[in-house]
Amino acid sequence: MRVVVERLGKTYHDRQGRDVVALRQVDFAVETREFVALLGPSGCGKSTLLGIIAGLLPPSAGRVYFEGEPRPGRAPVTATVFQEFALFPWRTVRANVEFGLEELGVSGSERAERARRYLDMTGLAGFEGKYPHQLSGGMRQRVGIARALAVEPAVLLLDEPFSALDAQTRTLMMDELLGIWERTRQTILYVTHNIQEAVFMADRVIVLSRRPGEVLDTVPIALPRPRRESQQGDPVFVQTADRIWGLIKSQAQAALLDDQTVTEREG
Amino acid sequence: MAIERLVVADRTAFLRRPDYRTVRVLALLGLVGLWELVTRTGWVSSLFLPAPSGVLAEGLDMARSGQLLVHLARSLERLAWGFGIGAVAGVGVGVAVGFFALADAVVQPVIAATFPIPKIALLPLLILWLGIGEASKVAVVALGVFFPMAINTYAGVRQADPLLIRAAVSFGAGRWSVIRKVVLPSALPMVFAGLKLGAGTALLLLVAAEQIAADAGIGFLILQSGNLMETTRLMVGIVVLSLLGVVSYWAIGALERAVIRWRHT
Repeated sequence: MRVVVERLGKTYHDRQGRDVVALRQVDFAVETREFVALLGPSGCGKSTLLGIIAGLLPPSAGRVYFEGEPRPGRAPVTATVFQEFALFPWRTVRANVEFGLEELGVSGSERAERARRYLDMTGLAGFEGKYPHQLSGGMRQRVGIARALAVEPAVLLLDEPFSALDAQTRTLMMDELLGIWERTRQTILYVTHNIQEAVFMADRVIVLSRRPGEVLDTVPIALPRPRRESQQGDPVFVQTADRIWGLIKSQAQAALLDDQTVTEREG
Repeated sequence: MAIERLVVADRTAFLRRPDYRTVRVLALLGLVGLWELVTRTGWVSSLFLPAPSGVLAEGLDMARSGQLLVHLARSLERLAWGFGIGAVAGVGVGVAVGFFALADAVVQPVIAATFPIPKIALLPLLILWLGIGEASKVAVVALGVFFPMAINTYAGVRQADPLLIRAAVSFGAGRWSVIRKVVLPSALPMVFAGLKLGAGTALLLLVAAEQIAADAGIGFLILQSGNLMETTRLMVGIVVLSLLGVVSYWAIGALERAVIRWRHT
């Protein structure tokens, strides 16, 4: 399915009652089966944007819609992978993965079958009975990804999914996510503030400005697939990353100096 | 030049808290022993403080004759009904007030106004409404349990992680699913804390109610024995109450560990 974001705006009130414009006139589309990264400095409202697309926050202006072949039954359009994992601590790994399927009314036997398939795909076989607190950060986010994949969404939304992980784990997880995507080929919208991450994984990178978030530019990534870690030394990779850094460098500096910067997770 | 060598010492030694298991047992035994001693030597009259051995013998006697069981059964029955009704109502109201803004607006002021009333003060009113029988005693216990349960459950519900609620909604959960699968499990640790508080209050109100109007029960046993100067029987009642408190606290703790398996602390 294709995601269309049309003249989207989001304004909310801070504690002093002042209007804060988080997003202004955001326009873009993600084509079917495309992997798009949404990149911006902290405080650019990218998580807010993802929340609006997921239907978890109301927009103040504009609209979001999905276009494509009608999906059978109650198959959901989007599923989200959260930065802080957001796993249910009282559910085992398997029960976490089955959560979305329960809400869809999938029968017990099919739930178990589908949970097994996605647990295998994310390398969680053997961990089904564990509780989230018994797992490392990387394993927890695997559960988050398996939970989202299990509902077989048309569009997968990922909100800085690996930013809570250490650098080595992050590299491994990026590789695995790409491997999974090459098999499942959902439409993916991937929010990140990490340029390497965006260039390495995406077909296109949409660069957002600092608050108020606006689309600065859209950068196509001309690297062949399947992507390999070794491509990070490729001149195309380096040039693209440099170009994006050039776009947001001044913004990131301003964000660093701005004591008014509110963390991005409000709302 | 002379060379000095500074070996690093553990500076936190005084912060350690050893378990002292044997001391725990010895302290309790010592207290009972001292009690036995002061009564045996006649230093304190057994009319005011019967010896522990005497209390034990009397307790066994009463257990054998079945009178203790009659009182205990009546008390436990009232306790079970009152505790059950109060806990269920408390959790229900706590969840509703914690989750629904409208329920919060309606019920919160009522709870704030009625919570400070010592529940025992309501017993005469409850007797007037429900009669002098079991219903008024069960009601006063239920009221005593209701408030800590409702307030704790409310706090537990309010503490539920908004991120988890958002995650549940993102996977298609509606209102009731969110309550059942996110809000209730989040509130469980607070619910159990409420149960422990409620157990103490329940025991207190039970005994008070049984001392005002009853023909059986541990509270009645204590009051009647006191009136007849049967101090040993009175002490048997008190020991039974103490055991009841310890057992109920332990049972709630065991239930908590069985239900909340995911907590790693």
